Amino acid sequence: MASADSENPQDPQTAIPHAVKIIVAGGFGAGKTTLVGAVSEITPLSTEEVMTEAGYGIDDLAGVENKTTTTVALDFGRITINPDIVLYLFGAPGQDRFWFMWDELAEGALGAVVLADTRRLDTCFHAVDFFERRGVPFVVAVNRFEGATAYEMAEVREALDLSDGVPVLMVDARERESAKETLVCLVTHVIESRRPAMSG
Amino acid sequence: MSGVGKRRRPNPSGAVHARVEVEPSLEPNRTWHRGRGHPTSEGPATGVTTGDAPAGPLVRPYTMTKGRTRPTEQGGRLDLITIVMASPGHGRCPRDPERQAILDLCHRPISVAEISARLDIPLTVIRVLLGDLLAEGDVHTRAATPMTKLPEKKVLQAVLDGIRRL
Repeated sequence: MASADSENPQDPQTAIPHAVKIIVAGGFGAGKTTLVGAVSEITPLSTEEVMTEAGYGIDDLAGVENKTTTTVALDFGRITINPDIVLYLFGAPGQDRFWFMWDELAEGALGAVVLADTRRLDTCFHAVDFFERRGVPFVVAVNRFEGATAYEMAEVREALDLSDGVPVLMVDARERESAKETLVCLVTHVIESRRPAMSG
Repeated sequence: MSGVGKRRRPNPSGAVHARVEVEPSLEPNRTWHRGRGHPTSEGPATGVTTGDAPAGPLVRPYTMTKGRTRPTEQGGRLDLITIVMASPGHGRCPRDPERQAILDLCHRPISVAEISARLDIPLTVIRVLLGDLLAEGDVHTRAATPMTKLPEKKVLQAVLDGIRRL
């Protein structure tokens, strides 16, 4: 009954790849899922987390009819890097009412892309604050929307009060090459930001 | 930059906690469609293949977990990207449809988030069900790497090379 392609029962873990994740954050409509879809090998999927107001403190739903719930949808894509590594890209809901998801998303994340929409730059303030505070390395990708005033990257950097080390780049989230470039910029930044700690 | 306020750096000790309270009446009456996934916030997930389960109303999510909202100890370690795989020789006992559907997906390595999306069952519920399956030995995960541990340098380099090859 065991099929020929099933994993070796003696060492079943060899068949299971290692997963890493990158967070794509930004305000509603900033193009998070578009960017994820531009590089993902699967059409972006959506999963839901339901949080009751009572949170994780309880073990059952007794009396839950009086509790309120928040549902948050997470869109994500996947890139198989090699047989042993799978990269997941998660679009993080930008509204601050979804903070409860951010801690879990940030945990162990390789890094983050903050997608900025210059028509509503303030919608990514929360994300910048969060990643700074958590020490998650991030880059700011300014999505080019038609009809938006062209801002200089320096202006965006100034408005977001970014540290000098944080890369800012212009992207078109619909374009695969542009999305790739964004991820390359992020991972390069992550590697470089670790270097001082490793040599010291 | 006119019309756009400048970000003010927050107090480093600022609390990161805000949770909205949604009126229960605002929760839409969901119709659950199994095996289809559901649309992303920017459109339908066209790539999701239709499962063999008939579409239609399904039970309320926590009915599947017998009211439990928290997984067993094993399930509590499941991150969004924990990769799960069915154990060899599993599934000799009859399962309820949700557990069977999870096992069917786990013939190949698959992440917790993807199981949730493909079955259109909320993550919280999937964690409880997976916790049961883990406890019973029907599925297994890669040796636990603490999620707080950052990816190693060689992993980062492989990811960089992989993205460049796309």
